[in-house]
Amino acid sequence: MRKIHNKVLSVTGNVITVKAEDVAYEELATVSSRRGSSLAQVIKLDGDIVSLQVFAGSRGVSTRDEVEFLGHPMQAAFSTDMLGRVFSGNGRPRDNGPDLTEHLIPVAGPPVNPAKRIIPRRMIRTNIPMIDVFNSLVASQKLPVFSVSGEPYNALLARIALQAEVDIIMLGGIGLKFDEYMKFRLALEEGGALARSILFVHTAADPVVEGLMVPDLCLAVAERFALDGKNVLVLLTDMTNFADALKEIAITMEQVPSNRGYPGDLYSQLAARYEKAVDFEDAGSITILAATTMPGDDVTHPVPDNTGYITEGQLYLRHGRIEPFGSLSRLKQLVNGKTRKDHRAIMDGMIRLYAQSRESEEKRAMGFRMSPWDEKLLKYGRRFEAGMMDLSVNIPLEKALDLGWAILADCFKPEETGLRSELIEEFWPLGTK
Amino acid sequence: MTGHITGINGNMITASFEGAVTQNEVGYAIRGEERLKAEVIRIRGNNAFLQIFESAKGLRVGDPIEFTGELLSVRLGPGLLGQIYDGLQNPLPRIAERYGYFLPRGVSLDALDPERTWDFKPLVKPGDIVRAGAFLGSVPETQFRHHILVPFDWSGEYTVESVRPAGPARIQDTAAGLRDSRGELRECRLAFDWPIKIPIRAYREKFLPVDPLTTKVRIIDTFFPVAKGGTYCIPGPFGAGKTVLQQITSRNADVDIVIIAACGERAGEIVETMREFPTLTDPRTGRSLMERTIIIANTSSMPVAAREASVYTAATLGEYYRQQGLDVLLLADSTSRWAQAMREVSGRLEEIPGEEAFPAYLESRIAEFYERAGLVELESGGRGSLTIGGTVSPAGGNFEEPVTQATLKVVGAFHGLSRERSDARRYPAIHPLDSWSKYAGTVSESIVHRARAVLAKGAEIHQMMMVVGEEGTSLNDFVVYLKSEFLDSVYLQQNAFDPVDAATPPERQQRTAERIDGILGSRFDFEDKEKARGFFHDLRRLFLDGNALKTDTPAFTENERAVAVLLEGAVCHA
Repeated sequence: MRKIHNKVLSVTGNVITVKAEDVAYEELATVSSRRGSSLAQVIKLDGDIVSLQVFAGSRGVSTRDEVEFLGHPMQAAFSTDMLGRVFSGNGRPRDNGPDLTEHLIPVAGPPVNPAKRIIPRRMIRTNIPMIDVFNSLVASQKLPVFSVSGEPYNALLARIALQAEVDIIMLGGIGLKFDEYMKFRLALEEGGALARSILFVHTAADPVVEGLMVPDLCLAVAERFALDGKNVLVLLTDMTNFADALKEIAITMEQVPSNRGYPGDLYSQLAARYEKAVDFEDAGSITILAATTMPGDDVTHPVPDNTGYITEGQLYLRHGRIEPFGSLSRLKQLVNGKTRKDHRAIMDGMIRLYAQSRESEEKRAMGFRMSPWDEKLLKYGRRFEAGMMDLSVNIPLEKALDLGWAILADCFKPEETGLRSELIEEFWPLGTK
Repeated sequence: MTGHITGINGNMITASFEGAVTQNEVGYAIRGEERLKAEVIRIRGNNAFLQIFESAKGLRVGDPIEFTGELLSVRLGPGLLGQIYDGLQNPLPRIAERYGYFLPRGVSLDALDPERTWDFKPLVKPGDIVRAGAFLGSVPETQFRHHILVPFDWSGEYTVESVRPAGPARIQDTAAGLRDSRGELRECRLAFDWPIKIPIRAYREKFLPVDPLTTKVRIIDTFFPVAKGGTYCIPGPFGAGKTVLQQITSRNADVDIVIIAACGERAGEIVETMREFPTLTDPRTGRSLMERTIIIANTSSMPVAAREASVYTAATLGEYYRQQGLDVLLLADSTSRWAQAMREVSGRLEEIPGEEAFPAYLESRIAEFYERAGLVELESGGRGSLTIGGTVSPAGGNFEEPVTQATLKVVGAFHGLSRERSDARRYPAIHPLDSWSKYAGTVSESIVHRARAVLAKGAEIHQMMMVVGEEGTSLNDFVVYLKSEFLDSVYLQQNAFDPVDAATPPERQQRTAERIDGILGSRFDFEDKEKARGFFHDLRRLFLDGNALKTDTPAFTENERAVAVLLEGAVCHA
């Protein structure tokens, strides 16, 4: 029987302090108030003064409330019974299913030894040409979707989840709007993927601090599945909310802010989560896709900026399309040499021509005269946007490459494309040379 | 000596103690079987503040702290080459063998194998007078003669009393017995410890670095050279190719030893190096690249305090091999993560913050680090050098931030990567006008000077053309612009994936630079801009083809002839 403390010394923001002894750093506690009980975590020890962040928020916490220390740090349940289930940010069921209290595993475990990592080599197909052809997703990659509020980044994540060749999908929602959560769930249900999904959802209506645990819970469970040989895709949305929750706690704890109020350890905090992406030698893998909204569409904002330094590339989602410029999968060259021999040539060639077509478009907009070559490029630009960039296009990689050749043949003569002659010989559609 | 934990905040623990505690000494927080390493970073009255090199999860107030009295040190001796260490010199492959996929907390293994035997040869005899840093003997380590040294902090002169005879020896064996001026006998072993935050100064003299360190990257060697014993930095926004540039340099640099410090960056990047280096051969020696490399991997998810230490660990190992009389290159990627680690610690200590919450001593720490580089004359008379190249990851890609600015003050060369150039796929994305170097390069200065002028003029004309269009630009100006674009695409840009183009040796750089210099200085008489553009496109095509051809092969000679023919038809001789 653990001792119950019933004197709360201070309440500041979502952090309370109590006087207690023999408490471990990062230990969990329950805070019981008239409003109900909430989990809390030890975030600072100073002599016998213990600071706890209260996950449900401190609203309604009274100085007489009971604080009971649980003697263990944050844990997550782990079992295959979790498939198809929805949990909230504190790990309790959000659906009407039973609470899982067995097979508890620690969260935020030790990092993977770099010496045990392998060079990623397996492509994950998504049937989205802008990803498969131009920015191939690779198992164990960590890739953010940079976007602004209002863009369909959640729809994109859901579609990738449904179409990607993975064993298990983990969704971590942080500050997710309720309708977005329902849409996600519906999409997984309709796509028949719910039975291989586990959802940890913290909605915008839930206490802010609870969202902090979501990435750790998701990744701890994902890690166990990966060790069991499963390929897991983890979707996190939206990591900017996660960073904002970190900021809130840091400011409450009177930490010196570094940049726009964010704590100095933002990089390390984000990296600790993203670096859980891994391809285990002789076991499964974790791939992370994370929506990161850029406040004010500003990529130099601390959250996208720090994220960009951590992740292996990024996808820019703008005007409902994945931007061909700026979007980058740093791992693509590890896999796109092994797909089809025209893959790299189409990838580079089409983007180069599309860049030129944008230039012609700019010239046209400024009222300069259009040469025949400009007209060709403009036509190509329109075809490229409709055939490749439109997110409703849903075709496998090989079909997409064929479509690429068809578009090129429709707009250009072979020598105008700058592609190598042996490839043109083999792939250029017949009857159009 | 022991103390007790009185508080925990993040990776900072406070402990009360009785007796004496030394700044920067190592202490261990004990929890059951676990011994968690920590370093004293502030002392106040009977309270010591320690940064802990592991997660503090589960520690309690009242847990014992064991103070060791020793500063945070690394082990120096034969067997360092080819190793992969974490920031505290724990060998990662051996941890993986023993503990599997993860890095468990509180684990520490021998940095050097105590059982391995080395073939020792003495270099001194009884009666010889030696000082700190002197060679007592040597053992073969990969392709080098690894000298056994008198530890660097042994001050004054010593008389050799006894020497180990030639034959097998392990690192803890005695190499020689030395008697100091007061008649006390001390034993030198094959390996010894050295505190990482104290620079090694056991040399006679430090010189101005002059000899170029060739990296085989044309834009660096020709335009922004690095010198052996010098320092340079590579700041750049994310995705601009900092790490790729460091990887290329680590393969091709003309030095004896390369030390790679992966400090707070992605694990994936260092994994490529770790997995590929053992399979690649060093063109200079024909042996595995790993045999001349030491990797310090303290990646972003590994403990922050150890990240702070990792840079010093790397610098200490670099200095040690410099003391062997070798040329060493230390590549630190990224120094911004190291600075951020300092910022985190400073924040926990509640120090008054400077700009962007970095501590006020940021500049002096950065300066201290780069000052550990240098070209020195050793006690034995030979020379050794340590060159330091650090990447900087400025927030938002803005070079005005404190880490970039503090670094620029102390380095000898600045290779600024630009977002525009990397977006335009102009790699390496080193900005040709903003970057600078204070060192002399391999290519004649007059050529470089003229090429720079063309680049500057070309950029100016390009700016103007954006406003007035091609129509409003004179043909002469347009040709200058085409010349600068030509220089950019065939010389400044380099294809890292092409086996020949990826590494251009200095002789070939001089030769190509001379040819291009001739073209840049030539007058051309074109009818109109389309003709000019067409000519330079053809010329560019030929040069790019040539870049992929091995020097002095028939195809290369043929390519040079084709260029000559093309030029003959266009150059105006009048």
